[in-house]
Amino acid sequence: MPPEASTPHRDQGTPHRGTGTRQRANEISNSITMDYTIFILLLPFLSFLLLGVFGKWFSHKAAGLIGTAVLLAVAAMSYYTAYEYFFMTPRTAEGALPALMPYNYTWLPFFVQGLSFDMGILLDPISVMMLIVISTVSLMVHIYSFGYMHGERGFQRYYAFLSLFTMSMLGLVVATNIFQMYMFWELVGVSSYLLIGFYYTSPAAIAASKKAFIVTRFADMFFLVGILIYGYYCHSFGFDFNQAGFALGASMLPVALFLMFIGGAGKSAMFPLHIWLPDAMEGPTPVSALIHAATMVVAGVFQIARLFPLWIAYAPSTLHIVAWVGAFTAFYAAAVACCQSDIKRVLAFSTISQIAFMMVSLGVCTEYTTGHEHVGSLGYMASMFHLFTHAMFKALLFLGAGCIIHAVHSNEMSAMGGLRKYMPITNITFFIACLAISGIPPFSGFFSKDEILTAAFAYSPAMGWVMTAIAAMTAFYMFRLYYGIFWGTENKELHAKHTPHEAPLTMTFPLMFLAVVTCVAGFIPFGHFVSADSRIYDIHLDPHVACTSIIIAVASIFLATYMYMGERQPKADALAEKFGRLHRWAYKRFYLDEVYQYVTHRIIFAHISKPIAWFDRHIVDGFFDFLAWGTNALSFRIRGLQSGSVQQYAFVFLLGTLILLAVMAFA
Amino acid sequence: MDYSQFLYMHEELSLLAVIVVLFLADLFMCPDKKSGRGVFNTPLPAVLLAVHTALNFLPCCSAAPAEAFGGMYQYTPMMTVMKTVLNLGTLVTFLMAHKWLSREENLVKQGEFYQLLLFTLLGMYLMISSGHFLMFFIGLELASVPMTALVAFDKKRSQSAEAGAKYILLALFSSALLLYGISLIYGVTGTLYFNEIGVLIDGSLLSIFGLLLFITGMGFKISLVPFHLWTADTYQGAPTSVTAYLSVISKGAAAFVLMTVFMKAFAQCDLMYAWNTALYWLIVASITVANLFAIRQDNIKRFMAFSAISQAGYLVLAVMDGTAQGMSALVFYLLVYMVSNLGAFAVMTSVEEGSGKVNISDYNGLYRTNPKLAFLMTLCLFSLAGIPPFAGFFSKFFVFMAAFNAGYPLLVFIALANTVISLYYYLLIVKAMYITPSDNPIPTFRSDVYTRLALLLCIAGVIVCGLGGVFYNYIDTLSYGL
Repeated sequence: MPPEASTPHRDQGTPHRGTGTRQRANEISNSITMDYTIFILLLPFLSFLLLGVFGKWFSHKAAGLIGTAVLLAVAAMSYYTAYEYFFMTPRTAEGALPALMPYNYTWLPFFVQGLSFDMGILLDPISVMMLIVISTVSLMVHIYSFGYMHGERGFQRYYAFLSLFTMSMLGLVVATNIFQMYMFWELVGVSSYLLIGFYYTSPAAIAASKKAFIVTRFADMFFLVGILIYGYYCHSFGFDFNQAGFALGASMLPVALFLMFIGGAGKSAMFPLHIWLPDAMEGPTPVSALIHAATMVVAGVFQIARLFPLWIAYAPSTLHIVAWVGAFTAFYAAAVACCQSDIKRVLAFSTISQIAFMMVSLGVCTEYTTGHEHVGSLGYMASMFHLFTHAMFKALLFLGAGCIIHAVHSNEMSAMGGLRKYMPITNITFFIACLAISGIPPFSGFFSKDEILTAAFAYSPAMGWVMTAIAAMTAFYMFRLYYGIFWGTENKELHAKHTPHEAPLTMTFPLMFLAVVTCVAGFIPFGHFVSADSRIYDIHLDPHVACTSIIIAVASIFLATYMYMGERQPKADALAEKFGRLHRWAYKRFYLDEVYQYVTHRIIFAHISKPIAWFDRHIVDGFFDFLAWGTNALSFRIRGLQSGSVQQYAFVFLLGTLILLAVMAFA
Repeated sequence: MDYSQFLYMHEELSLLAVIVVLFLADLFMCPDKKSGRGVFNTPLPAVLLAVHTALNFLPCCSAAPAEAFGGMYQYTPMMTVMKTVLNLGTLVTFLMAHKWLSREENLVKQGEFYQLLLFTLLGMYLMISSGHFLMFFIGLELASVPMTALVAFDKKRSQSAEAGAKYILLALFSSALLLYGISLIYGVTGTLYFNEIGVLIDGSLLSIFGLLLFITGMGFKISLVPFHLWTADTYQGAPTSVTAYLSVISKGAAAFVLMTVFMKAFAQCDLMYAWNTALYWLIVASITVANLFAIRQDNIKRFMAFSAISQAGYLVLAVMDGTAQGMSALVFYLLVYMVSNLGAFAVMTSVEEGSGKVNISDYNGLYRTNPKLAFLMTLCLFSLAGIPPFAGFFSKFFVFMAAFNAGYPLLVFIALANTVISLYYYLLIVKAMYITPSDNPIPTFRSDVYTRLALLLCIAGVIVCGLGGVFYNYIDTLSYGL
C-alpha cells in the first residue's frame, strides 16, 4: 500500500492554488484550430430537426439510415478530433495537454464585470475522451435500434429523440462554462424524459418518465443554486480556474460545489436520489444502454471531474463526503442487485453501484499532485478510466439484455434459463462483459477497477476494504444474473411455445464490436491521455491490490457458479428462505420508494402543499383577480377619452404639454 | 465646394436612385395603364431595396464617423445599422402588401405606393443623419407628408380618408409646436447645430420649454401618451400594410432620433434631468394607459395600435439611460419589435385579404382552419409579450437593464408589472385562435408567396434574435459615439 495513505486533509480555510499547470486556450490555440468540431454538435441537431419536424415524410428505413449516417459522421469526427488532440497537439512546456477552445462566443452579456453566458466548445482530455465514449456508444445504439425497434410505431420519433439526446450530451461535455453545461444538462434531462416515456401508451412508462424528470429536476435545482453562488462570489462561470475571483469566493466555494454535487447526484443516481433509475428501465432497452448506463448517468461524475481543481483546492473535506456517499450507494445498490429478478433492474442497480465507484474514486483524491508521483490525485485518472471502460461493457450488457428480451419477450429471469443453446453470440459477449465488470484480467474492467481500489487504499484502508467487498458483491450478482439467463432452470414450457432465437446482425454486430473493445480497452495507456494535471502518467498495477481483488472476484464467481449454475438451485433457495426478511427487503429495494411515497404524499403534500395551495388560490389569486377586475373597470371608465373628435385630441395634446411643462419646470 | 462630401451621403443617394428607377419603371414598363396588367409588381421594388440594403450595410463595419456639409449631415456606423433595420422593415412591408396591391382598384396606383413609402424612408434617413435642426425638420416633414397620402391610400373608403385627415391635422399641429420649440432653442443659443447647442444651452426655463416642445413633437411621432390619440383611428382606417409601416418604421426612426438629439444637444446636466423627468411620466402613462385601452379592443388593428403605444413606452425606456448601452438596447429592441410586430401584421394582412375579417372575435377557431397561420401569430405575440425563448424577452431584458442602470428601478418595476397586463391581452388573441370555439371560423385559405416570404423573414428574426446575443453584441460594438 502506498505510503501517502495518511496524507493529512487540507483545511478548507487555506485555499491551495495548484491549478497553475492547467493551461488555457488563449495561449496555444493559435497552432491548431479544429474548426470542424462545431459539426459534431450541429449534425445531430440538424438530424433531430429533420426527423422531428418532417419525420412523417420518411419511411422507417430512411429515418433510421439518416440517424445512423449522421452518427457515423459524428463518430468519425470525434475519433479524428481525439487523434488530432492527443497526438498532434503539442504539449505545453510542463508536458501537459493544452485545453483548446475552437469556439467561444458571448451569448448573453451581463452588465456585471466578468460575467456572461458564453457558448462554445472546449477540448481538453476529459471532454475529448467523453466525445469518444458518447459517439461510440450512440453509434452502436443507433445500429442496434434498427433491429430492436423494427416495426415499432414512432420509429422516426425515436431516432429524432436519439439525435437530440446525442447532441445534448455532446454539448454538455464540450461546454466551455458551467452555464452552458447546465443548459445542455437540462436538455439531456428532457431527452431522457422523452425516451423513457417513448411507449407513451403504457402507464408504467409514463410514470417512470415523470419520476425520472421530477427527481432529476429536483436535484438540478440545487445545481442551479450552486451555479449562482459560484457566479456571484467568484465572478465567473468559466472553467478557467486561475482567476483572482476564486480566492475571494473561497469561503463559499464548498457550499457551491456541494450544491452542484447534489445536482450531479441526481443525474448520476446517487443514494438517496437514485430512485428514478431502476424505473427508467421502462424505456426501450437500447435507450437504457445509451442514456441510463453509458452516458447521461455519468454526467455527475463528469461534472465533478470538470470542477476537480476547485474541489481539491478549496473543498477537499467536502470531496471526501462525496466519497462516502458514493461508497454507501455502491454498497446499497450492490445489495439490492443481488435479489432482483428483472434483468434490466439488476443491470440498473449494477450501474448505480459502478457509478458510485467512480464517485468514490474522485472523492478519495487528497491533493493535486503532479507528474509521476501524483498518487493524491490518482483517483481522478482511475475514475475517468472506469467511466470509459464501464460505458463500453455496461452498454454491451444492456444491449445483450435487449437481445434476450427480444428473444423471450419478458424481462423476468423466470422466463429465461438455458438460453446459451439458442443465442451463442449473446451468450459469449454477455459472458465477456460479466468478466469485465467482475474485474477479471485481461478484460478492461479489471484495470480500471484496480486503479480505483488502489486510490481507495491510498486514501484509507477502511475505504479500500469496503470497496473491495463491494467489488466481490459485483462479481457475485453479475454471475447470478449470467447463470440465471444462460444456464440454470430453463423455462421449457415457454421456450417450446416460442423458441428463442439469435438476434439479427444489426443487433449482434454492436455486441461483438463492444465485446472486442471490452477485451482490449484495458491495455490503453489511459494515463497518457487523461490525468488530473493533463501530464503523462504511467499506470502501474499495485500487486497487493491486484491480487486481492482477483482472488476475491474469482471466489465470488465460484460461489455464484456453485449456487446458480445447476438445473436446480437448492442452496440459493435455502439461503433466501433462511434470510427471508432480509431477502424480501432487498428485493423491495429496502422500501425506499415507499418511504418517498409516504414522505411526499402524507407529509409534504398534506401538510405543506395544501396550505400553500390554499394561500395561492385565495390570497395570491385573489389579489390578481382584484387587479384584473380593477384594470377592466378602469379601462371601461376611461374609454370616453378616445372619442374620435380631432379637436379633443388636439386639446388633450396641448393639455399634456402644459402639464409636462409644469412637471419639468418645478421638478 | 468639395463634391466628394456627397459620398458620405451614399445611403440617401442610393435610396434616391432606387426611387428614380421605380419612377421610370412606373412610367415606361406599363403596357396597359388602364387595367394595370403587366405593371411591374412586388419583385422589382423588393429586389432593388434588398440590393440597396446590402450595398450600404456591408461596408459599414469599417466606416469611421464623419460629417459633411459643415456639420449639417452626420455619419456614424450606428446610423447605418439603424437605417438597415428600417430598410428590412420596409422590405417586409413591400412583401406583405403584395396581395393588397394586386387588387383591381390598386393595381394602377401601386407604383405610387412604393414611391411614397420610399420617400418617407428617405425623410427618416435625413432625420437620422441630421446634425442641424433645419435638416432634421425637413426630414421629419418629408417623412410625414407622404405618410398622409399613404394612410389615405384607399381614398374611396371613407375610413381611410378620415384616418388621413386626422393624421395630417394632428401632424401639422405637432409640427407647429415642434417648430416653435426649435425657435425657442434658437433664441436661447443662437444656433441650430446640435453640437453647438449642446455647448451653449443653459438650464433656463425658456430652454426647458423649447426642449419640451421638441419632446411633444417626437412624442407625436412615437405616439406616446398623451400625444397618442390619433393612433387608434389612423391605424384602424389606414390600409393594413401602411399601419404596419406606421407602427414600426416611422416610430422606430423617431425614437432613434429622439435619443441621438438628446445625447448631442440636450446632454447638459439640468436639461438632462428635465427630459428624464418628462420621459419618466410619458413612459408610465404610455405603458399603463395603452394597456388599459388594449384590453377592450375588438378590432385587431385598433388593438395593435394600443399595443404599439405601449411598446413605444418600452422603447423609450432605453432612452432614459443616455449611454451607448442604452443605444444598443434601443436598436436591438427596435429590431426585435420590428420582426415580431411585422410578423403579426403579416398574419393579419393575409387574414384580411383572405377573408375580409378584422375583428378579434373573427379569429375564433382560426387554429382549426389555418393552423400554420395561427401558430406563427402565436409566436409573434409571445415575442411581443416577452416570453423567454423568443427575441422579445431578450430585447425587453436589455431595455430594462438599461433603465435600471440609469437609476430608475421603480420605473422598471412599473414596466414589469405592465408586461403582465400585456401578456394578458396578447394571450386573449391566442385564446381566441386556439380555444374559443366558433360556428363559422375563417375558412381555410392559402396566402400568396410574398406574404409567406415576409412571414418567414419575421419568424426567422423572432427565433434567431432570441438565440443570438450575437446580434446584440454586434450592435453594441458599433454603438460607441452613438
